[in-house]
Parts: sequence; C-alpha cells; structure tokens
Amino acid sequence: MTDLTRLTIAEAREKLRGKEITASELTNAYVSAIEQANPTFNAYVATTPDKAREMAKASDAKLAKGEGGALEGIPLGIKDLFATEGVHTQACSHVLDGFEPRYESTVTANLWADGAVMLGKLNMDEFAMGSSNETSYYGPVVNPWRRSRVQTTVKPTFHDGGSGFVRPGGVEESRSYDNMQLVPGGSSGGSAAAVSAFLCAGATATDTGGSIRQPAAFTGTVGIKPTYGRVSRWGTVAFASSLDQAGPIARDVRDAAILLKSMASVDAKDTTSVDLPVPDYEAAIGKSVKGMKIGIPREYRVDGMPDDIEALWQKGIAWLKDAGAEIVDISLPHTKYALPAYYIVAPAEASSNLARYDGVRYGLRVPGKDIIEMYENTRAAGFGREVKRRIMIGTYVLSAGYYDAYYLQAQKVRTLIKRDFELAFAAGVDVILTPATPSAAFGIADQDMAADPVKMYLNDIFTVTVNMAGLPGIAVPAGLDGHGLPLGLQLIGRPFDEETLFQTAHVIEQAAGRFQPEKWW
Amino acid sequence: MSVDLKTVKRVAHLARIAVSEDDAQRMTGELNAILGFVEQLNEVDVSGVEPMTSVTPMEMKKRVDAVTDGGKAADIVANAPATDENFFLVPKVVE
Repeated sequence: MTDLTRLTIAEAREKLRGKEITASELTNAYVSAIEQANPTFNAYVATTPDKAREMAKASDAKLAKGEGGALEGIPLGIKDLFATEGVHTQACSHVLDGFEPRYESTVTANLWADGAVMLGKLNMDEFAMGSSNETSYYGPVVNPWRRSRVQTTVKPTFHDGGSGFVRPGGVEESRSYDNMQLVPGGSSGGSAAAVSAFLCAGATATDTGGSIRQPAAFTGTVGIKPTYGRVSRWGTVAFASSLDQAGPIARDVRDAAILLKSMASVDAKDTTSVDLPVPDYEAAIGKSVKGMKIGIPREYRVDGMPDDIEALWQKGIAWLKDAGAEIVDISLPHTKYALPAYYIVAPAEASSNLARYDGVRYGLRVPGKDIIEMYENTRAAGFGREVKRRIMIGTYVLSAGYYDAYYLQAQKVRTLIKRDFELAFAAGVDVILTPATPSAAFGIADQDMAADPVKMYLNDIFTVTVNMAGLPGIAVPAGLDGHGLPLGLQLIGRPFDEETLFQTAHVIEQAAGRFQPEKWW
Repeated sequence: MSVDLKTVKRVAHLARIAVSEDDAQRMTGELNAILGFVEQLNEVDVSGVEPMTSVTPMEMKKRVDAVTDGGKAADIVANAPATDENFFLVPKVVE
C-alpha cells in the first residue's frame, strides 16, 4: 500500500470522496508517522491522537453519506499560538504553563467546521518571536533537510579477457549527507518541519515579520501570509496586533489555496477582520500569467547576498517571462528602513500585549513578598531571553520622553514603506517578485546568530516589508542551493489579491518542480 | 541613543520583569545593539508624513450595544493559578 502521508490535500480529498481510502486510515497513518518521527524532529509539543481518531470517525460517517466539508477528513497540525479548546495552548512559553483554553480560535473553528482533523499542537518560537524556532520553551525543531554534496565516482570500463564481456565505465553520482542539524526557520518552525517531514497534510501558521514565509522557504514548502484583515485574529495569542496574520503552510500551492479558503472568514469578533467575501482561491490555479506585469524591486539586491539567491531570483524572472509576463524594474526606496521600523513597532505592541501574563489569570505564578514582586518573579521565570529583550525594547521606546523619537518616527516610516508599494501598484504592477530569504537554513545553535540578536533579525529582511504594509505575500520553493538545501521565492500582491499570488506561484511551481527531503528518519 | 545599566533596571521594573545584576549587564549590551540598529531611521525625512494608524483603510466595525456573551465565570477562572469561588486570588494589596 502506498504511504498515505505522501498524499497532498488535493489528492487525499479525491481519494476520500471516491471512497478509495477512509479518514480513519489517513489519520492513523499520520498518528503512526508522528509517533515514530516526532522524537527526531520535535515538531509537535502536544499530540491529540484520540481526538484525531474521533474526528476522523465523524468524517468517515459524513463521507459515507456523500457529505462533508471542504477539508473533510484531512489531518492538520496546529501552531501552538491558536487557542484550541481543552488542548495545550501555550505559544511555546513557560509563562502559559498548563493553559488549556475554554474556547476555540476562529481559525481552528473554521477548519473543524470544514471537516479537518486535529493531530496536535506544533512547536514555534516563544510568542512567535524568533526566526529559527530556537526560542521555544520546548526546545528547537530539526529541519528534515540536511546539507549534502554530490560525489562523483568514475568507473573504468571493465573487460573480461576470458569471456570477452565488457561493462562500459561511466560517472556515477551520489549524494553524501552532512549530519549537522539545521533549523527549520521560525517562528512557525514546527509547522514547516511537520509539513515537510509528512507529519501532517498541512498546518496553520502565523506571520508577524516573516514567520510563515521564512520557514516555508527553509523547508521547501509553500506558505502564504494573507492581507492584514483577511484571517480573523480572534483566539490567536497576540504578538504585534497591527502586524500579526495567520495563514497556512502546505506541500504545494494548491494545498495552500485550499487551506486559506477555510481559514479565512469575516468575523464579527475581530474588529480588524475585513467585510469581504472569501474567494475560491483554488480557482485561480492554472490561469495564465500572460500580460501580467511583474515588478522586480532593485532594493532587494542586498550586499553580501549569496550567488545562489541571486541566481534563483533570475531563474524566477526567466520562468515568468517565458510564461508571457512582462518584467518591469521598480523601486521601493524605503525598503532598508522596514526592518529597523519593525524592531520598534513590533516590540512596542508586544510589550503591551504581553502585559497580561502576570501570574493572576492563567499559567505560571512565582510567589513574591507582595503583588509587584509576584508579577516580577513570574515574568522573570516565565519569559525566555528573546521575549524579555523585546518587552524591554518595547517598554523603553514607549516610555515617557522617547515615544516621539522612536515609536512615532517608526510609524511615519511605515507610512512611507506602504506608499512605496502603493505607487508601484498604481503604476500597473500586478505582483512583485523577490527572494524569500537572504540564505538557506542554517545550523542549530549557530554561533554568529547567538552572539548578535540583530543578525538573527536580518533573516526577515525580505519578508518584513510586507507585514509593515499589510500586504499579502507567498513563499514558493524554487530551487536548491549548492548544498542541496531548498530556497524560496516570494511574491507580493495588492491588498486582498491573494488569487493573483496563487496564480503566479503556481506558474513558478510548475517550472521549478516540487522539493521533498530524502527520508533519513 | 543608548541605555545605561540604571535605565535598563528602571525599564525592567516598568515591564515588571525581575532582573539580576548579571541579567541587567547583559541586557544593556543587547538593547544597545538593537537601539544602534534602529538609529538609521533618523536618516528618513518624515516631514509632512502622517504616522500610520491603520494598515488597511477601513472603518472601525460597530455593533449593537447589547450583551452577547457572559455567564462564564467558572470558565474565566478555570486556568488561574489561585482562585476562590470564582474570584482570582492575589497577594494582599491593601493594608
């Protein structure tokens, strides 16, 4: 029997509806895969096999009657940031120790209403603050991809003098793999690793500065951050409320479109949820990009960018040109200020959002001699280093006397960043093509990154502009680097034009092919 | 701008995070690295530019002023570290 975990969502959907397989069989395949492989990857921080089997059974009953929703019987992994009723929800922080919400986030409620099956909660950087999944209280996640190099062996022609047998020689190629463990990116590192290692059919994720797109690029998966307001934030643990947006990580572009359709909704419980009907994203796949204008922003050609990334970008340009799109050079002059502005705006909002973790209403409490000391001890023990760092920066830039110099200045720069994009779109550009990340996946406990927080922040240099401007962005795998690691391209679209992103990403996917790690676990 | 040890301790107190002397020392260096990085924003001419208040142009949604939820006291305190009869328990704050 074929390995059911290898099916895409679209393939599984067809087999489920055609009664070739059952939701229970599919779920059991994933439950076994997780049991076997999770100790290697640490992608799940909590698994819910009983709940999964129960949900699959309910799906089978519906499917047997020819009923069921768009995701009926599809097993998914859920980032630990989404509130799931009665199930571990801690944003991978110690401060939320033991928290099991009495309510369900809008995103997950939408998925269950469409028939999806929950496999468990996925590892992530603590409160989504990080680019490597190393800030998680539950430890790092291992990327299913490993560095490799191609070895060539030359075999001489073999002659057997006695029999006259001749075996022609030739060059044999084989890959030898490096055992160094790599990060899957972050903050949605568990989501990306689980999708890439076939431990779920698809996963939910969130993106505040690149937390969907960077891990997708590091694992050869597809990740989309929708337009701000497209997906409800209700019941999702808040990091930076004006930037946070949930989206899917999936094996291919079609699966990402299927998942986003179910995740997105108009939600009265989130005042920033936009009153626009959710389109059928899947219908955009397969449409031609002929005549479409693709913008190439010159400011994304940064100093020290590896040749592999530049070459990948050029390949992407060539593919879209071959497909009939028109390539235009554009300028987004405030690009370089997006990351510094982000490191004021995001920590400022985080310091306010994380004020609620005080040892009173949920999670950890560490006693003190009075209530203030109780707060201080709880937060000192409950938050990890990176989270403390960001709360401190946020508290400082919002404190009396510094607000104008930092926060107000950053919000003005943000207006300019958004204006850059508006001008490009007004000039007729339909979609912007950039690299997704400045490098491929790096090693766990990388010395340079550990020594300098700013170096880690630079991972988001190509993705953070999109959050600052509230736009949709998709990362699609496009090739391998010299070490055999996946690299991604990013497409940025007009507000609420996710359809064009799926349409264009599909053209790149068709040209580039799909990327899957060789199974070693 | 940069921060000194005294400022770091003051900010930590404002943020309600207990810090040891060593923590404060380390954080001073880290925070200054980040503040040094964001300093480049001062190069940008922002005269006449409005600060962003909403990334998507939209009107704030309003709803009828009516009770739509409630009666869930037990659910609300369910995850609290210390409670008594649906109240949150905290160390004494009033003498």
